[in-house]
Amino acid sequence: MTSQPNSIAVPKMLPHGHVGMMSVITTEIFFFATLIVVYLAYLGKSISGPTPEELLSIGLASINTVALLASSVTIILALKALRASNQKKFLTWLLVTVALGAWFLVGTAIEWTGLVGDAHFTLQTNLFGSTFYTLVGFHAFHVTFGVCALSFIWFCGFMGWVQKKHHQNIEYVSWYWHFVDTVWIAVFLVVYVIGR
Amino acid sequence: MIDKPYSPRSSKLHEWVTTADHKKLGVMYIVCGIIYLIVAGCEALMIRWQLAVPENDVLSAETYNAFFTMHGTTMIFLVGMPILLGAANYFIPLMIGARDMAFPRLNAFGFWLFFFGGLLLYFSFLGGQGLSGEEGAPDVGWFAYAPLTSTTFSPGSSTDYWIISLFVAGMGSIMTAINLVTTILTMRCKGMTLMKMPIFAWMMLVDAILILIALPTLTAIQIMLLLDRQFGAHFFDAQAGADPLIWQHLFWFFGHPEVYILILPGFAFVSEVTPVFSRKVLFGYPLMVIATISIGFIALGVWAHHMFATGLSPTVLAYFSGATFLIGVPTGMKIFNWIATLWGGQIRFATPMLFAVGFIAMFTIGGLTGIMLAVVPMDWQLSDTYFVVGHFHFVLFGGLLFAIFSGFFYWFPKVTGKMLNETLGKWQFWFLFAGFLLTFGPMHFSGFEGMPRRIYTYMPNRGLEFYNMLSSIGAVVQIFGFGLFVVNVLHSLRKGKPAGDDPWDAWTLEWSTTSPPPPWNFATIPSIASRRPLWDTKHPDDPDWKYE
Ligand SMILES: [Cu+2]
Repeated sequence: MTSQPNSIAVPKMLPHGHVGMMSVITTEIFFFATLIVVYLAYLGKSISGPTPEELLSIGLASINTVALLASSVTIILALKALRASNQKKFLTWLLVTVALGAWFLVGTAIEWTGLVGDAHFTLQTNLFGSTFYTLVGFHAFHVTFGVCALSFIWFCGFMGWVQKKHHQNIEYVSWYWHFVDTVWIAVFLVVYVIGR
Repeated sequence: MIDKPYSPRSSKLHEWVTTADHKKLGVMYIVCGIIYLIVAGCEALMIRWQLAVPENDVLSAETYNAFFTMHGTTMIFLVGMPILLGAANYFIPLMIGARDMAFPRLNAFGFWLFFFGGLLLYFSFLGGQGLSGEEGAPDVGWFAYAPLTSTTFSPGSSTDYWIISLFVAGMGSIMTAINLVTTILTMRCKGMTLMKMPIFAWMMLVDAILILIALPTLTAIQIMLLLDRQFGAHFFDAQAGADPLIWQHLFWFFGHPEVYILILPGFAFVSEVTPVFSRKVLFGYPLMVIATISIGFIALGVWAHHMFATGLSPTVLAYFSGATFLIGVPTGMKIFNWIATLWGGQIRFATPMLFAVGFIAMFTIGGLTGIMLAVVPMDWQLSDTYFVVGHFHFVLFGGLLFAIFSGFFYWFPKVTGKMLNETLGKWQFWFLFAGFLLTFGPMHFSGFEGMPRRIYTYMPNRGLEFYNMLSSIGAVVQIFGFGLFVVNVLHSLRKGKPAGDDPWDAWTLEWSTTSPPPPWNFATIPSIASRRPLWDTKHPDDPDWKYE
């Protein structure tokens, strides 16, 4: 008497982290999508100036874009080094990634100092100000979070606490980082290319 | 000198506050949900008292606004959401043969965010006094249309309470949704392929994905509104060139899926209860799965049917009207599947089944009035009248709440080890059923007569007195229903009949363990071969896996 068939399928299932991180990214995509939709809907709707053409320079933003895109490559290199158990190379590439992320933030800070200090352009100035600072600000906030997370990993690696066996967890952080980069491409296109 | 052995301080309270166990968190969610159900029910009673006769002055206009806002906000975010998240929390691991959720501590964090979000919302009654000395609680309606929420029209801080409390609770819901998706996709026991999951798990999976997609939009626009109110931004400021309709579009991009986020768990409860009490397998399982997924998709593309009266272009109207009709198709498929499950079955009308059948009938009516509202000219006539109020209470009270009671009576024995009293349960059903029809049925007629919603009173001699009096009497009848429920729960917790592991002769894995289940759920992780693993064990001569 058997109540079980001869073979029971073992469903192929992904690790927790895969699905968990993908869920986080899904929900984040829709958060940024809302901000971007509002930015586009309000493009050119401000009743008073200044306009994006008058204020935004594509030069600075392009340099920032290059830095952030490069950091997506360096984090892949760092992960590769970790998997090859090359601790030194891992730490170096990770540090470069952190530096590129920090560079992006400094670039944003320079841009904002110019906008707020010289042009007296704030969240309150007009509709463009509200949407611009919210969209770019929330992205920068995500970069800041990423830089903090990567710095923490670097510190742990420096103390010798990160090993090859942790590569999967580091990969999830890298997914987040790639996501932040991808959002920037969208933001860059919307704010600095289409919107200018 | 010898140190005393380490003994952690432990008390019942400490244990519950620090727990990361999915079952304890599930129970806490549901208990909070029921407490808020009573609170929001009392708010509704005050509304019905005020509207019982024309030109009544039980509530001032301002208090009335606060009460209908808090009633709606509470019912959706502090009753519907926690009960569904609690049920998913409790039963998903048990049903898929796992020992806990994928991220137990995230789970606890999500619960406490909800808990404090709820407290913050209710603190507004005391602390909401703004600079201008306005009323405390939020009074802008649960969908908080711009520009009513600007500091010009809503001074003080009550709207800020609405924003921040829902923001906090919403973050908790998103975390729990992440947890649910991960748990369902990665922790199923041996043999449980996706198509062998209990239908409950399928519906909760789609539900959690909808939360992931819809809630961040609410979060984003709430942040924008907060920036407007506190930092002088102009997102919804028409004088700066903004379009307040943007709020409506984005709110309903969240708000419509939210309705499905609330009702899908109701579908899930009924889809588990109906087969067990008909002694048949669920009819059309694959079709149920397809219908659930299509509902998830279509629900994301129908939001502007809440905005037919805002002057959208004919093309847009035609699209959203058509899409809304379309969502009736998978929903109708489900209704037919439930009826086909009942058909020819050996139906046992225990309380869970009474509520499930009540759900099927009342939800069908609510769905049909929804189809009526999808007809654009009809909507122009009925928009913002009591017809709409009647419609969505048939969906959320006759539908969702009946489904919740169905699930509550069905799983209470598993959670507590005690049966609820059947006689009290049946009386509760009939009181609620009668009270429900009496309250919300006449609203369709007063709506046809042109009674607008959200207005604190009405004039005599316009043909509205009779319907409103009926509605208010219905509300009183409901008090008996809810009263019996509270008595039944308190009584059964102390003196209920012991339930045993499997009081309903059911088939899903949660009934294979003890009632209440041990902290580790299963001594050995089960392995299954069909959608009804317990049927297979009980009928080794004729197991389901031969046919699936
Ligand atoms: Cu809708």
